[in-house]
Amino acid sequence: MNMPSRSTTVRVTRWTSTSIAAVSLIIAAQLLLALGPLFLSANVVDRLTTLFIYGILALMWNALAGYAGLLSVGQQAFFGLGAYAAVRLADFGVSPYLALLLAAAVVGVLSLPISAFMLKLRGGEFAIGMWVLAELLHLLVNLDNLIQGETGTSLIALQRYAADDRRAYTYWAALATMAVLAWLVFVMLRGKIGTAAQAIRDNEEAAGSVGVRVLASKRLIFVLSAFGCAAAGALWVASSITFQPKTYFSVQWTAYMIFMVLVGGIGTYEGPILGAVLFFTIETLFGATGVVYLIGLGATALLFALLLPRGIWGEVERRLGLQLLPVGYRLSDSAGDSPSTR
Amino acid sequence: MSLLKIEALEARHGLLTAVQGISLDIEQGETVALVGANGAGKTTLLRTLAGVHPVAAGRIVFDGQDVSAVPANFRAAAGLALVPEGRKLFSNMTVEENLLVALSAKRAGPWNLATVLEAFPQLKPKLKAAAGTLSGGQQQATAIGRALMTNPRVLLLDEVSLGLSPLAVQGVYDSLRSLMGKGTPQSTTVVLVEQDLQRTFAVADRIVCMLEGKVVASGRSDEMTRDQVMAYYFGHRTPAAPGTSTK
Amino acid sequence: MIWLNQLVQGLMLGGYYALLACGLSFMFGVMRIINLAHGSLAVLSAYLLFLLADRYDIHPLLGLVAVVPAMALLGWVLHRLVLERSARAGALLPLLSTFGLATVLDNSMFQVFGADTRSLAPYIDSLSYDSWTLPGGVIVGQLSVLTFVVALALLGGLHLMLARTSLGRRIRAAAHDADTAQLVGVNARSVYAASTAIALTTVAIAGAFLAMRATFDPYTGPQQLIFAFEAVVIGGAGSLWGTLIGGIVLGVAQSLGAQVHSQGFLIAGHTTFLVVLLAREYATGSFRRWLRTLRLRAATP
Repeated sequence: MNMPSRSTTVRVTRWTSTSIAAVSLIIAAQLLLALGPLFLSANVVDRLTTLFIYGILALMWNALAGYAGLLSVGQQAFFGLGAYAAVRLADFGVSPYLALLLAAAVVGVLSLPISAFMLKLRGGEFAIGMWVLAELLHLLVNLDNLIQGETGTSLIALQRYAADDRRAYTYWAALATMAVLAWLVFVMLRGKIGTAAQAIRDNEEAAGSVGVRVLASKRLIFVLSAFGCAAAGALWVASSITFQPKTYFSVQWTAYMIFMVLVGGIGTYEGPILGAVLFFTIETLFGATGVVYLIGLGATALLFALLLPRGIWGEVERRLGLQLLPVGYRLSDSAGDSPSTR
Repeated sequence: MSLLKIEALEARHGLLTAVQGISLDIEQGETVALVGANGAGKTTLLRTLAGVHPVAAGRIVFDGQDVSAVPANFRAAAGLALVPEGRKLFSNMTVEENLLVALSAKRAGPWNLATVLEAFPQLKPKLKAAAGTLSGGQQQATAIGRALMTNPRVLLLDEVSLGLSPLAVQGVYDSLRSLMGKGTPQSTTVVLVEQDLQRTFAVADRIVCMLEGKVVASGRSDEMTRDQVMAYYFGHRTPAAPGTSTK
Repeated sequence: MIWLNQLVQGLMLGGYYALLACGLSFMFGVMRIINLAHGSLAVLSAYLLFLLADRYDIHPLLGLVAVVPAMALLGWVLHRLVLERSARAGALLPLLSTFGLATVLDNSMFQVFGADTRSLAPYIDSLSYDSWTLPGGVIVGQLSVLTFVVALALLGGLHLMLARTSLGRRIRAAAHDADTAQLVGVNARSVYAASTAIALTTVAIAGAFLAMRATFDPYTGPQQLIFAFEAVVIGGAGSLWGTLIGGIVLGVAQSLGAQVHSQGFLIAGHTTFLVVLLAREYATGSFRRWLRTLRLRAATP
């Protein structure tokens, strides 16, 4: 058999013109959004804050499920803990917005020993194990005299700010958190963790056998996800002021996260953000219809799981080879671009 | 008309085409041996015939019916049985249960629990033992017995001598001898994959050599020589080279 | 004596958990699927029985004659439409799809039946409160005993079905290796669907006893799922009789915990679950092997 002799130079590139354009656009958008409180109405600012928090949750749940292959039905554990820690720290006298950051950090640190035992679990045991952990933490938080069981309490320290200022600070905190986390995940994916995550997702044992530090990678993502969800919880309590354990530790939050990530595109970078925007839109339009809205959410998640498990962005990526943010690698020869290998 | 017709069959593992456009006619009562190095596609071919591997292109016609898209359990019910590579016994079940579960194929015929145990008497004392505790030879006997319980018209055997001691292999082939008449209508049609060339020549009517997913030679066992087959096995000879026998 | 009484109550509660969880355990043993809608389906059964009792004065245990086949059929349909597809795509997808299903079920039941808490206790006359007094002053409810007996009967029935019947053989074969089972004529698709149907018959019965012993509302499902899951895992996932042991351990832990603190019931249960889960992971090889010989296993893998 003859092989045609051809001198092909294959280049591995990470940035394409599309992705450079997309990233520039995103940076511009973030700068624009930062100006939000200056010219948007109070209601819009509040709604956008909610959108940013949803974005954080989607990003963090996707990091765990999509990159580490760990499906958790219990991330509300960290969401609730973050809010609880913020309330407690503020009660100690810490300045409220500092308390938010500190709360997330404390929960992040706390998640390290938690990861030591939870990461020994796999599949369904991990998923529901996390849920049980959330329930247990809920019960323990209720025991705190400050919280008074299901009655809850408020982040009273926020009262020192005027309503408009408080709204603006919370908005900026949420925007900043989402931006930082998104860039963090982006950088992570481009680095060793990204390839490790891909390998773990495809075949964990094989990945371990070629030297991928499976447990360390999972732990890092677990802690990041915990930190992010805790930050989201802290921001939520800053936004709504009241803290009722039942609301914050509810498995409903996981339902939202699952919806956003499943519909957006699990395991992709752009997917969760798309999912958060879609979820936010749907909630804005239909949230008031009450239970029917929840049925719709569940049914949509079910249909996507059955028919379109890659999510909207996953399908877009697969069919068009489109990737807005350069988290993967692209092979191109002298002839031109070929679809990326992610 | 051939009992089993394979027409331009293709089967893939992901992007790799393991079986590339194979066409083969297998007559009733024949014993056909598939010979080839590892990776030639023999196991994939058998699995595709049995229905546990999807057909990428081409057709499988069994007794006049196109079964290419038919699920494996219906093919077994039609009389096409596979003894898979590695035995694949239900190790959590007893020998007896392994044999009885094959009654699911619901086919009438000479094979039932009693006659299978006659053919493989070494299983009689092991009936209530968990299949995972048996020796290699006993496991192979159970696997073949299990396939026989479906009263197959075509029996596919994938490397039944794999991992067995010479004595055990002898035992297996002795038991199989009664099935493999030389082209008589009463005998079961057998397609076997075997690495042991001596056995191959001893039991097969026809030898088909495979290399890299394709059939490179096919001929009656009494017309081909050992050296010829070995040459095809190692790829020293290709269909274009002189001295090949035609189908 | 308080402690003895609590121990016995815990034991009885364990019987209920075993009844609730045996379907979950069965499905996991056969198909490696954890059905997150399990609890919600039990609640659905409770509502159907409630409808029959409330509108047509049909005793709940009699109502089961209609509800059990209905739920079995639902199980078959559920498998064909949802679980079969999800299972093909890997271990994670069934969790997501059954979670979505649970959300749809819970909220639909809210939509149809409203938020009121219900119970079947008013429809079973004195069975809900009749009791026997054992030596030592321990009081045992007749309903609790019935629940325990039914749990044993179901577990025993499943065990016998798996060990002795042709269907049981086919189920065990398909559970072990679906491809090879197909090779010998077992229709794995049908077998799996039948397994889901069987699991849902146990869920239907569990729903009846859930509603007879306690109250329920549209959102009771998730809590019940967690209890069932805890019982399954404590006893060893995939082992039928292990589920009985797991249920009893959970029930006893909860009952003893309730004595200690007002929130002790739930806290003790969840803590026990996590401790057992982790002890199992940390246990050394020989200890685990010893534990394994202790656990009575059904023939299910």
